[in-house]
Amino acid sequence: MTETQYLSPKTIDEAVNLYSKNQGQSKILAGGTDLLVQIRSGVLSPETIIDIKNIKEISEIKNNGEGSFTIGAAVSGASLEENEEFKDYWPGVLEALRLIGSEQIQGRASLGGNLCNASPAGDSVPALIASGATANVQGPNGKRNLPVEEIHAGPGKTNLKNDEILINFDFPTKEQGSADAYLRMIPRTEMDIAVVGCAVNITMDEDTCINARVALGAVAPTAVLVNEAAKLLIGTKLDNDVIEKAAKCCEDACNPINDKRGTIFYRKRVSGVLFKRALKIAVERAKR
Amino acid sequence: MSKKIHVTTSINGEETEYLCEPYDTMLDVLRNQLNLTGSKEVCSSGDCGACSVTLNDRLVCSCLMLAAEAEGQEIRTIEGMTENGNFHVLQQKFLEHAALQCGICTPGMLVAAKALLDKNPSPTETEIRFWLAGNLCRCTGYDKIVRAVQAASEEIKESA
Ligand SMILES: Cc1cc2nc3c(=O)[nH]c(=O)nc-3n(C[C@H](O)[C@H](O)[C@H](O)COP(=O)(O)OP(=O)(O)OC[C@H]3O[C@@H](n4cnc5c(N)ncnc54)[C@H](O)[C@@H]3O)c2cc1C
Repeated sequence: MTETQYLSPKTIDEAVNLYSKNQGQSKILAGGTDLLVQIRSGVLSPETIIDIKNIKEISEIKNNGEGSFTIGAAVSGASLEENEEFKDYWPGVLEALRLIGSEQIQGRASLGGNLCNASPAGDSVPALIASGATANVQGPNGKRNLPVEEIHAGPGKTNLKNDEILINFDFPTKEQGSADAYLRMIPRTEMDIAVVGCAVNITMDEDTCINARVALGAVAPTAVLVNEAAKLLIGTKLDNDVIEKAAKCCEDACNPINDKRGTIFYRKRVSGVLFKRALKIAVERAKR
Repeated sequence: MSKKIHVTTSINGEETEYLCEPYDTMLDVLRNQLNLTGSKEVCSSGDCGACSVTLNDRLVCSCLMLAAEAEGQEIRTIEGMTENGNFHVLQQKFLEHAALQCGICTPGMLVAAKALLDKNPSPTETEIRFWLAGNLCRCTGYDKIVRAVQAASEEIKESA
């Protein structure tokens, strides 16, 4: 048997090199709140663990102005929360990330880990998708930049290649009059897995919606961007019948499972309801 | 099989060195090598908070942290909570309010509550309850714990 090892590279190039050298046998470690649970329960036993937290680009928060941020893949929820500017510009993304686990989990859990773990119920993923953020990915063959909605391939699976590492997320400049919001439905009030999650990012010009992105989590094998719902909203004054039609689109975009947390019928219904509530919050924030 | 990793870190303000395996958690090393058994192992999956420590002043579960990650960092455990041999005000208030029974969750509760008060010296009851949501207690029903934290917060404010 080969030796197990823990490596903590200081640069992206070094990490990419180590990761591609140990392809298939190695795992990237960000906050470890998924990975170490999987290792300790015996689900995974990677030979090499590559800790990416000592790499500057992967651990830093950069404010590029006007709502545009570059957020390292391994930045923890607790540390992003302390960034007042990010909180002002992207309250929906932050509230989604902050729903993950307890304060102890927040000390470590990252956007990159939540996305790469690829649980259909990952809370921050719909919010990232609705924000229009893109992911910078790097492998031995160079860099790629992908919209977040193109990363999930199915439960536990991403479209990253075996040798690619997620470096950071680019958030777009914020349009005037825009805001985002995320809501999830869980059977308890804290520390549970989403039955449905819904994120809305909306731009208002006075009472008219001029741009929108809607995303759902936990209702399909991957988080979904519901373009049809957004299209219905854009150009309207968000009258009730428009909202009802868009909510129906959300229900139709669901392809959920039946499980102990919720039946198919229930998850569909709740996605419409959560959409309406998240929309309301986003619109209120946009008008402030 | 694996080569042991040599780690130099700070634990409760003291420079500490140890050798660990890649898969050893911080909790394993604290308890089994460094004899710091105040941090408890209960769920091993980040749900219960009994193993809470701070890593560079950030509250984390030591069961979900590799011992190797501590290199060059600062760890604080329940063993570092007393000040010059005197109880920290939180420890005192836990006793006065009978905020413990079996005691297994207590070190984690105290470490978590201290992390809260260090960040926010006057939390509301709701803030306390949310902050401690990652610390499970099967004895007290939480109320006495919350009261103890509130009392500690009052005392800290008065003496400030
Ligand atoms: C008690 C508890 C409660 C939780 N509650 C929630 C919850 O409410 N909602 C929720 O969504 N999740 C929850 N989680 C799951 C977990 O905390 C989140 O998914 C978290 O965001 C994972 O981030 P991490 O940095 O810890 O990832 P890690 O565990 O470090 O990594 C997760 C996976 O992604 C891979 N990976 C990480 N970073 C990269 C990268 N940069 N490039 C390539 N691959 C990478 C890792 O190899 C691993 O496979 C909970 C976990 C626990 C233990």
